[in-house]
Amino acid sequence: MSDYILEMNHITKEFSGVKALDDVNLQVERGEIHAICGENGAGKSTLMNVLSGVYPYGSYSGDIVYNGEVCKFRNIKESERKGIVIIHQELALSPLLSVAENIFLGNEQTSTKGVIDWALTRKRAEEVLAKVGLEHENVNLPINAFGVGKQQLMEIAKALAKKVDLLILDEPTAALNDEESKNLLDLMLGLKKQGITCIMISHKLNEIEYVADSITIIRDGKTIETLKKGQDDISENRIIKGMVGRELTNRYPVREGVTIGDTIFEVKDWNVYSPDDDEKQVIKDVNIHVKAGEVVGLAGLMGAGRTELAMSIFGRNYGQKISGKVLVNGKEVSTKTVNDCIENKIAYVSEDRKTYGLVLIQNIRENMTMAARRKYFSKRGTINKNDEIVAAEEYRKKINVKTGSIEQEVGSLSGGNQQKVVLSKWMLTQPDVLILDEPTRGIDVGAKYEIYCVINDLAKAGKAVIVISSEMPEVIGTCDRVYVLNEGEIAGELTKEEVTQEKIMQCIMAHNRKDD
Amino acid sequence: MDKKRVVNVDIKQYGMIFMLIVIYLIFAALTKGATLSPANINNLVMQNGYVVILATGMLLCCLTGNVDLGVGSLVALTGAVCGIAMVDHHMNMWVAILLALLVGIASGVFVGFFVAYLGVPPFITTLATWLMWRGLTYTVLQAQTKGPFDGSFTFIGSGFLPTVKVPFGDGQLDLISIGVAAVVSVLVIVAEVKSVATKKKYGFAQNPFWQLALKDCVIIFVVFFVFYKLGRNAGIPFVLVILAVIVGIYQFITSSTVAGRQIYALGGNRKAANLSGINTNKVFFWVYTNSGLLAAVAGIVLAARNASATPKAGDGFEMDAIASCYIGGTAVAGGAGTVLGAVVGAFIMGVLNNGMSIYGWSTDIQKVVKGAVLLLAVTADLLSKRKK
Repeated sequence: MSDYILEMNHITKEFSGVKALDDVNLQVERGEIHAICGENGAGKSTLMNVLSGVYPYGSYSGDIVYNGEVCKFRNIKESERKGIVIIHQELALSPLLSVAENIFLGNEQTSTKGVIDWALTRKRAEEVLAKVGLEHENVNLPINAFGVGKQQLMEIAKALAKKVDLLILDEPTAALNDEESKNLLDLMLGLKKQGITCIMISHKLNEIEYVADSITIIRDGKTIETLKKGQDDISENRIIKGMVGRELTNRYPVREGVTIGDTIFEVKDWNVYSPDDDEKQVIKDVNIHVKAGEVVGLAGLMGAGRTELAMSIFGRNYGQKISGKVLVNGKEVSTKTVNDCIENKIAYVSEDRKTYGLVLIQNIRENMTMAARRKYFSKRGTINKNDEIVAAEEYRKKINVKTGSIEQEVGSLSGGNQQKVVLSKWMLTQPDVLILDEPTRGIDVGAKYEIYCVINDLAKAGKAVIVISSEMPEVIGTCDRVYVLNEGEIAGELTKEEVTQEKIMQCIMAHNRKDD
Repeated sequence: MDKKRVVNVDIKQYGMIFMLIVIYLIFAALTKGATLSPANINNLVMQNGYVVILATGMLLCCLTGNVDLGVGSLVALTGAVCGIAMVDHHMNMWVAILLALLVGIASGVFVGFFVAYLGVPPFITTLATWLMWRGLTYTVLQAQTKGPFDGSFTFIGSGFLPTVKVPFGDGQLDLISIGVAAVVSVLVIVAEVKSVATKKKYGFAQNPFWQLALKDCVIIFVVFFVFYKLGRNAGIPFVLVILAVIVGIYQFITSSTVAGRQIYALGGNRKAANLSGINTNKVFFWVYTNSGLLAAVAGIVLAARNASATPKAGDGFEMDAIASCYIGGTAVAGGAGTVLGAVVGAFIMGVLNNGMSIYGWSTDIQKVVKGAVLLLAVTADLLSKRKK
């Protein structure tokens, strides 16, 4: 009989009728490193949020058995008290506070009566930093004085400062370079020797191979299998097969009667550096081209640089030290501002419609005409509201925005309808090139189908369409050609005939290996 | 789809007008009709003119989700510029007005530059100008009142349009006032008919007829009431003409121009506005420049009404203007609100001031009441949104 520190039995979690987790079982042995693999959206993070109490007991069904007792966590504090600590993908650090303060955030070292004992705080901070291999750092500096790699280690130190038996790391190396990643993985192996159990979520299969003792694969909210080192084959190919081995049903409308024309959009030798760190190159020598009537996919894992690439092109809204050329219809054009892009017939539909796409308190009409208003709906600065109404009505019918009136507030629409409004907004600027970033994120299957139909119509109209998507089946189902992006570089290019999920993953893995 | 589509009149917008009327009637009852006198109606217009002008400029700042704290001090500074130019340097009145407007614009450009291009938060920048311009006013006026100004200048703040008076009841009535009221009423009806026709043309939801009729009747009644009272007094004050022009222009800008709608988009979601090709820095710059310009206009009107420039002028006006915007239904986070709402808000403040003064409450108690009304109005607004 194995000694399980944690058993999660028959966990089911629904979000407004959609099952994010469906009868998931997870068993973690004491003292092991247990990796959880799965595609984006497979339910990995949801599972960890259930475990750590982010989703309180009662909002899911199933049992969590931890150290032999059934746990009913109502919040993170309760799970932390039991020694379960989660480190999220995004760092939970307060950038201007000192390292010592950050390490004891929410866990302040106090003398009697709640007064912070600064001397003790610093001393203990140095002690825990030593555990993660950062013996000689100045704990009084603000934490943003350190690079992301060290910050990630400090985040782990923060966890170690608490009583921790089970450490959960969600994509711990996503933001790190190879050397930093290696450090972190070695640290995990070190923690294992001290008896701390780790659960690690990662996309980087080579890392999983390096540290994990067992691997649980989740797909579409279900546990598929658990592989054990030493007993099972845990090669990358084996893991990929488990991750993507689903049948593809016909969820994508067929595109017919499209003639692919000349190249109308080209990006040449595109290089971008991180806005926070001018040494860190985010996009490296990217060359892509799209023909009229062609739908081209940008595939890649989270953090591969797809959105960064698009945003750096579109009005230089991301990054610094940008170099390279953008050509529309064979002519080099400026993309320095969003208005330049609109003038040059380039449109970008952001992945985050609520933050970057819509003004939620305004109505459908105003949102739809927001980007095109200056050019097409006004004369000498005065808006022609009637034209706006006509256009908004036309697009409401054309792409089937389900609403009583175009004067309805956008914030009250469903996600799918909001996405249609954002699409309309950019179609109204009459672009030749459309970059659609996660065009179906967070919307239901029916609305997805309608969005795919819109993409087909755009191709039929001879536009160049770029689809950025984390869902590989979507990229495969909608695109004529796929660029695989990894760590800011083009890792491969696949035609419609050759593209499969396995091929995309292989491109990424091959590219990762090349870097090692 | 053929179902007759019906919507109700936007209660929020007209609720404020309703509130204004109710407050006015309460004070009319409390003061046994003293607030109804023609002279008092005239006072209401003249005393609140500058707050309305400032509230119009402030509204644009509030739409971006910010405020301009410096306008009260700028009112004093621009008044002082008028005073020094006319009294000390015997300049032509128009030159003095031009100078004052230029100083206002310069202050606006100054604030706009710091806010838009250096990224200093508007609250801090305008807190600084609030201090600096007040101090500067005391310095240039050497803490003295400058005046008196001659009649052609004071006409701006306390003059009246020409009148055609006929005997009426126990006094006289100005026919021009009645004529203007009639013209305004006709315009209200024409606008309503046009709006109904447009909605019909595009198949939009219509308001029930009785609601529109009631709304227009109330508006026309209020218009006639005010102009009748003005006609019984001394005719239409020139300040009212300035107000009408400014409110008209800004209502148009905010509702029907690209620049105006860009302010709303910025206030509603700055990131989305940026990614839609709106130069949000430029919008911020012009919003604050405009605030400076309108503060200068208010400064000129106030100096003209007082026939002098004093270093204390405009003290606390920024707070009245901000309160007017929020009482008038402007969203606290920005992105929603109307010029007309701000004007109604300003008159709610004005009617409260006026009514309480006549009823004999001290200015100390008046502040308590105004504060409570502001808090209630914004709380009610937030709660009604949460329910939705």
